[in-house]
Amino acid sequence: MEHLLSLITFLPLVGAAILALLLHGDGPGEQRNAKWLALAVTSATFLLSLIVLAQFDPSDTGFQMVEEGSWIMGLSYKMGVDGISVLFVMLTTFLMPITIAACWNVTTRVKEYMIAFLVLETLMLGVFMALDLVLFYLFFEGGLIPMFLIIGIWGGKRRIYAAFKFFLYTFLGSVLMLVAMIYMYVEAGTTDIPALMNHQFGSESFSLLGIQIVGGVQTLLFLAFFASFAVKMPMWPVHTWLPDAHVEAPTAGSVVLAAILLKMGGYGFLRFSLPMFPVGSEVMAGFVLWLSAIAIVYASLVALVQEDMKKLIAYSSVAHMGYVTAGIFAFNQQGMDGAIFQMLSHGFVSAALFLVVGVVYDRMHTREIAAYGGLVNRMPKYALVFMLFTMANVGLPGTSGFVGEFLTLSGMFRADTWVALVATSGVILSAAYALWLYRRVMFGELIRESLKGIADMDARERAIFAPLVFFTLLLGIYPSLVTDLIGPSVAALLEHFQASLPDPGSTATATH
Amino acid sequence: MISADIQTILPEILLALFAMAALLVAVYTGKDRLAGALTWASAAVMALLAFVVASGGPGAESAFGGSFVVDAYSRFAKAAVLLAAALVLLVGQGALERRGLLKFEYPVLIALSVVGMMVMVSAGDLMVLYMGLELQSLALYVVAAMNRNSERSTEAGLKYFVLGALGSGLLLYGASLAYGYAGTTLFSGILGAASDGHVGLGLLIGLAFVIAGLTFKVSAVPFHMWTPDVYEGAPTPVTAFFATAPKLAAMGLLGRVLFDAFGQAVDDWRQIIALLSLLSMFLGAVAAIGQRNIKRLMAYSSIAHMGFALMGLAAGNALGVQAMLIYMAIYLAMNIGTFAFIMSMERDGKPVTDIASLNQYARAEPLKALAMLVLLFSLAGVPPMLGFFGKLYVLNAAVQSGLAWLALAGVIASVIGAFYYLRIVYFMYFGTESEGAETPMTPAAWLALVGSAAVMLLGVVNMFGVEAMAAAAAQALVH
Repeated sequence: MEHLLSLITFLPLVGAAILALLLHGDGPGEQRNAKWLALAVTSATFLLSLIVLAQFDPSDTGFQMVEEGSWIMGLSYKMGVDGISVLFVMLTTFLMPITIAACWNVTTRVKEYMIAFLVLETLMLGVFMALDLVLFYLFFEGGLIPMFLIIGIWGGKRRIYAAFKFFLYTFLGSVLMLVAMIYMYVEAGTTDIPALMNHQFGSESFSLLGIQIVGGVQTLLFLAFFASFAVKMPMWPVHTWLPDAHVEAPTAGSVVLAAILLKMGGYGFLRFSLPMFPVGSEVMAGFVLWLSAIAIVYASLVALVQEDMKKLIAYSSVAHMGYVTAGIFAFNQQGMDGAIFQMLSHGFVSAALFLVVGVVYDRMHTREIAAYGGLVNRMPKYALVFMLFTMANVGLPGTSGFVGEFLTLSGMFRADTWVALVATSGVILSAAYALWLYRRVMFGELIRESLKGIADMDARERAIFAPLVFFTLLLGIYPSLVTDLIGPSVAALLEHFQASLPDPGSTATATH
Repeated sequence: MISADIQTILPEILLALFAMAALLVAVYTGKDRLAGALTWASAAVMALLAFVVASGGPGAESAFGGSFVVDAYSRFAKAAVLLAAALVLLVGQGALERRGLLKFEYPVLIALSVVGMMVMVSAGDLMVLYMGLELQSLALYVVAAMNRNSERSTEAGLKYFVLGALGSGLLLYGASLAYGYAGTTLFSGILGAASDGHVGLGLLIGLAFVIAGLTFKVSAVPFHMWTPDVYEGAPTPVTAFFATAPKLAAMGLLGRVLFDAFGQAVDDWRQIIALLSLLSMFLGAVAAIGQRNIKRLMAYSSIAHMGFALMGLAAGNALGVQAMLIYMAIYLAMNIGTFAFIMSMERDGKPVTDIASLNQYARAEPLKALAMLVLLFSLAGVPPMLGFFGKLYVLNAAVQSGLAWLALAGVIASVIGAFYYLRIVYFMYFGTESEGAETPMTPAAWLALVGSAAVMLLGVVNMFGVEAMAAAAAQALVH
């Protein structure tokens, strides 16, 4: 299996091509075929990715299963995984069959819908495996196109606004990164990611247009990449595209957006910002930590007053991503382990929560919290699933949400006690909005006439939630599954990071 | 001596002879009944010549005392011009026929203008440059006004003529200054007149006027005003021609003049070109936002694209020229496909240009809509389409030569510009149901549309040797 990674990446694309070229018509039969084909392809991709996991050697901190070939423009096509990216690859391949299964009830332009998701899967997998700057950018930006279409074609009422906002916001963030990438290529003479990690970019302070730039070129490069990743994350105050995109996106689109696309920002920080611009990261760390703390508290407060279920979960995503950035920029093992863990956990939990909303939306066609109430009387199974993921979202011990929050908070505490103090208040706030949502939707008397006939989850829906429930609990009870895998790579990243800083004294003065 | 010279410009002579012979034959026999056959014949001759030109060796030859230069650079430009013209002729035939505009003069005039373009990119002397430019322009003025019964078309032709004449006047004035101060019209002589990397003030003013005149032809800001009107007024197949081959020829000529004649004064003209590039990118991006007419929109789009191509020239080195050539080649490929689509848009047999008429087009014609989707994202420069790599090439060249600020401005302009391409996608895919446009296409047009979309995707895997050819061309131009 020499080209295993390429095979996994491009298998969904092949599936999309087959759908596009060989399947004609839009009758019920063709729709069913399209769905089954997409499900088969994504499942096959998942099974193939299990081989990657089996072959992966956690003790090796370098890139594994590397493939390299020449490409246009003198660039190289280079793919590989390390301890950080392998789990994101697994997360993507694992969630895609669930996503496809979640859109089983879609009846408008099913073929195109499936093609969009298959193309999107290829692009997302490419992001996590690319080991060449331009190749990474290609996948990173390319993902915008299918997502733009998914929101725009199959979205809700204000889908046009949301689709344009989503596209232009993230596009603007990314092009700044593109210029920085070109500069890096010119400066280092290579676009090879492992080589760039070992390249020392200039860190002497200089003044530009009268402003003193501490950390020099590294800080500027850091900021350019930050513009892209912070928007993608999304971090406060550039998060405003996310609630719009989530609310208008169809359920499956929201799942992919929250569970996988948001992780690209955090992955980008770990893959590019920290190893390539250590001095710049160090200079900006305080800034990022406080932005994260603000994001946690602010987004939680905003979530409290939402009247739309999806919007509430979207804001809760912003808050949870705050833990991720804070954990990464704490620059210690707990913080980073926690950040990666939190991203994985959020991948399961937020995906599940959007699916939970999708279940009642499919039945009632409204996401307004006020339109529900007392559902527990008619939908006991649904109530159980919803309860589990609400608790995981809050971070109850025993669920995966707890491990991520606890690790990031302890990492934060060692980096900056005040930030940790502010961020911890977010834990209470998250309990407030999540439990309140649950109470309003599930408990109380079932008084609404329209809800009297609502049916509980069917077999398909239960099958969709089963793996998510399993992994949320498994990672909550046995987190070493993940931490053993990522630990060595994170340790190596940190060691490299500390070694690249000039000396502790000079940066300590630089941050103040 | 003279036979060697003739040998060198044989492709130009052959094409000119073909055009004249075709004219005679058509006049004395079937007139417009021959137009279809003549179109195919012209396209075949041009494609054949493109092959002949491209397969010429890598060496450089010059004829007529250095006033006509054939090197890798001119071969690249000529092959691209010939191919683009041949394709546009074939693609446009069906649309012209449906509008009753397929006249036998059309392929003849196109062939003559292509002769002009071939002379332009081979010019080694200011007089030859002017001769090629005027031959090209005169033919284009006429085809712009080809739809005589339409006020708009006549207006477009007249506007193009008046403003084009102004551009030529500026160019001639600059050329006369250059002649006065350098004592020769030969590029090699002007090159020798400069010393220490700078030219004298008189020559510098001449240079500025020559650039201004050529900028008219490239339609870069601030000499772009004619573009939207001419694009809108001319019959769409003619617009498709304006948007492709002449743009490459003018850009090629600009590169030729800047490096062959003023190669010693790179630092003097780099700032002018960089400024033109900046203005074009932003005006092209901003002005199209309010456009509902797809032809005017494409005019602004081409202005923005010229801005990016100029960024390559502004780099002022071989890498920049290579980037410019690749950018232009990709631009041609995208535009032929896009215009193949635009010229087919009609409702009840009448051409429509309002982008709102594409409402829900993707439902009616999924494959064509998908091809347009790819082309529009490619025009916007979104990866993984090939259009992104064109931008990457010029941005890379700009950053390499210290123009990081221009690269930064360019990417911001490209984000603004993405909006209007997205809006066409929006109409095609998300629009509300209404009576939409139909797009009947000839097989040639369909092939051009789908083929160019396929190139935008497959080119990312392999650029079919265009890179190496552009590199050789750039090496030949920049010493």
